[in-house]
Amino acid sequence: MSTKQILEKFEPRRENLLMILHALQDNHPQHYLTEEALGETAKHLKLTKSSVYGVATYYSMFSLKPRGKFVIRVCVSAVCELMKGQEVIGHLENVLGIKSGETTPCGTFTLEIAECLGQCQEAPSMMINEKVFNHLDEQKIRKVITEYRKW
Amino acid sequence: MKKTTVIVGLGSCGIAAGAGKTFSEFQRIKGADKLDFELKKTSCVGMCFREPLVEIIDDSGTYLYGQVDPAKADEIIEKHIKNFSPIPEYIVHSEKFPSADQSFFEGQVKIALRNCGHMDPENIDEYESRNGYAAIRKIADNYLKPDQVIQMVIDSGLRGRGGGGFSTGMKWKFARNYDAPQKYVICNADEGDPGAFMDRSILEGDPHGVLEGMIICGYAIGASEGYIYCRAEYPLAIKRLNIAIEQARQKGYLGKNLFGIEHFNFDIKIKEGAGAFVCGEETALIASIEGRRGMPRRRPPFPAQSGLWNSPTNINNVETFVNIPWIIFTGPQAYAAMGTEKSKGTKVFALTGKIKHGGLVEVPMGISIKDIIYNLGGGIAGGKKFKAVQLGGPSGGCVPEYLSHTQVDYDSVNATGAIMGSGGMVVMDETTCVVDIARFFLDFTQKESCGKCTFCRIGTKRMLEILTRITEGEGHEGDIELLEELAHNIKDGSLCGLGQTAPNPVLTTIKYFRNEYEAHIRDKKCPALSCKKLLTYTVDQEKCTGCMSCTKGCTVDAIEGGKREPHFILQDICIKCGACYTKCKFGAIQLS
Ligand SMILES: Cc1cc2nc3c(=O)[nH]c(=O)nc-3n(C[C@H](O)[C@H](O)[C@H](O)COP(=O)(O)O)c2cc1C
Ligand code: FES
Repeated sequence: MSTKQILEKFEPRRENLLMILHALQDNHPQHYLTEEALGETAKHLKLTKSSVYGVATYYSMFSLKPRGKFVIRVCVSAVCELMKGQEVIGHLENVLGIKSGETTPCGTFTLEIAECLGQCQEAPSMMINEKVFNHLDEQKIRKVITEYRKW
Repeated sequence: MKKTTVIVGLGSCGIAAGAGKTFSEFQRIKGADKLDFELKKTSCVGMCFREPLVEIIDDSGTYLYGQVDPAKADEIIEKHIKNFSPIPEYIVHSEKFPSADQSFFEGQVKIALRNCGHMDPENIDEYESRNGYAAIRKIADNYLKPDQVIQMVIDSGLRGRGGGGFSTGMKWKFARNYDAPQKYVICNADEGDPGAFMDRSILEGDPHGVLEGMIICGYAIGASEGYIYCRAEYPLAIKRLNIAIEQARQKGYLGKNLFGIEHFNFDIKIKEGAGAFVCGEETALIASIEGRRGMPRRRPPFPAQSGLWNSPTNINNVETFVNIPWIIFTGPQAYAAMGTEKSKGTKVFALTGKIKHGGLVEVPMGISIKDIIYNLGGGIAGGKKFKAVQLGGPSGGCVPEYLSHTQVDYDSVNATGAIMGSGGMVVMDETTCVVDIARFFLDFTQKESCGKCTFCRIGTKRMLEILTRITEGEGHEGDIELLEELAHNIKDGSLCGLGQTAPNPVLTTIKYFRNEYEAHIRDKKCPALSCKKLLTYTVDQEKCTGCMSCTKGCTVDAIEGGKREPHFILQDICIKCGACYTKCKFGAIQLS
């Protein structure tokens, strides 16, 4: 869908700004908000570009940089840390060959850190796009990533 | 003969444990073998440590099976469904077969969680068959006036479950008393406290219960619009809420002239967050719904007077709302009969960390922390010793083992320096370093500070730097006092609850474990043997088989010794990363 088509689905009221940004970001194959998209949104809602930019940068789930097809968000909050979550990032970095915050050169994976995903009972946890993975250890991480690579 | 029913738990925790595959397997064999049983879905009953869960109900009784993977599913179909012979080894709960896990359910009283794991959350008829939408009908059929409804909520003694613990009925009364052409009801589903997931479980398991609570609130305060602000990290909850809202609209439970009450109009919209913890604070949440940066503002005016688009607004937590239909339907006295004098009813707790049975439990207020951890939670995992529990997440505090007889009610918990908060219980054992835990929580609040108040923005950063220094063996005399001073200034100098409570984990750990702070600072030792930089790694020559796996795992070549020879670690090269400790299969790497 084009930016215009998405914007048309929302009434031009400021309260829809976050929903619009979510929709635009989900629609982009690289899961991010382009400058063009932000500009169009500002026009649609009759807001200044800076206030749209201000909102987009305030919330951690919005990205202004291109990202991979699969965005991996690893919980680094207290319970996951207590349950050896620190090692999860390390294993993922090894398996993917990138540092947290980066995207693999092929454009498949982006590795990000996140705060509590509300899965603390089975810590450590991560999400890949909308899917939850719990009870992570090195072996499980390798298995999951291998499966996603096939897609 | 009653038809056998098979119910698979498909909460997001169950799905992550593979419940989707289990469900498909039941479906597949049901079709392939032309079996005559009913296959249904439900959400999580709270027994997260045994997911995927499958409940089988037949003529002879009810059986809850745990950790059912497709292979076990096949076996259960073969033995239980086809041959009526249940498999006791896999049963985690049933009146017929006592199991080691059954203590998890003993002592629980389910009100907020009454429907979670007992019905299909995507089916409004199932909700209605369990007294769903009967509370709002009771109001309509008996012509109860809004003030009478509010009085019932006041009489129940229900206090806000989102952390503050303010009387829900009183809050509704304030919002009712402001006259305005438009008023709003908001459900706060932004649950962000690390260690809490009861709101997610309620939204995934009983979305109609939350909607009904909001509808009743709308009637009571005179609002015609409701918003659910749900964090975007909960896609399944959002999906099920959307389904529930659509079903309720179709049945005429949302819309105009509801339940035969003239001029009672109410509809609900969902708003998604976008990853900002501070948006759980009510004024920040309102800003976020309005499409702005979610930053808190000064109160008063409180939302009851001037909230969403400056209109009177009542905002409650998910768990608060889901209690409402039960209270109205069963009567406030039944609710008030449970709990303690000042904390009525039940509370849901999320058990996490070093506990055997991690999951969700709902108990009457007033039982002790110890009872929750040992009786319901099964005690500490791995046979370790219980050290402390963090109550109330990042705004709460650490309660040491010797105070574990403390009752869970708002006032007793506050007296320890912790708070009830949303009900997260993060359990720590003897191997957990409390300084490190305080650092994790502070790291969280520091990152999530919106930056508006100087003390919250910079003060938490300085505290975090000091804590990090201490855990790395660089602490010096006076650090504890500096932490305390900063903590008090941050509490005084912050506008919202985030800054006002951020130092709590540090203050309580200093209060109860000052000696551990001193050991880190003075002796450069971590008593829990957890802070990596303060440990020395050595090889136990007796246990070492010379398998070389530690040598290969060492990234700085600090381990010497050939194949089948005992190894040793060169201390001046070792960076204390702990890789050898994890790699060694013989327990030959020792920490001191
Ligand atoms: C930083 C911060 C985060 C909060 N997060 C939440 C939350 O995630 N969910 C919630 O219900 N209340 C949260 N609260 C409390 C709300 O401000 C508000 O008191 C609550 O939603 C009122 O509902 P209740 O009376 O039913 O508890 C938070 C408060 C602060 C200061
Ligand atoms: S702390 Fe990681 S999911 Fe809650």
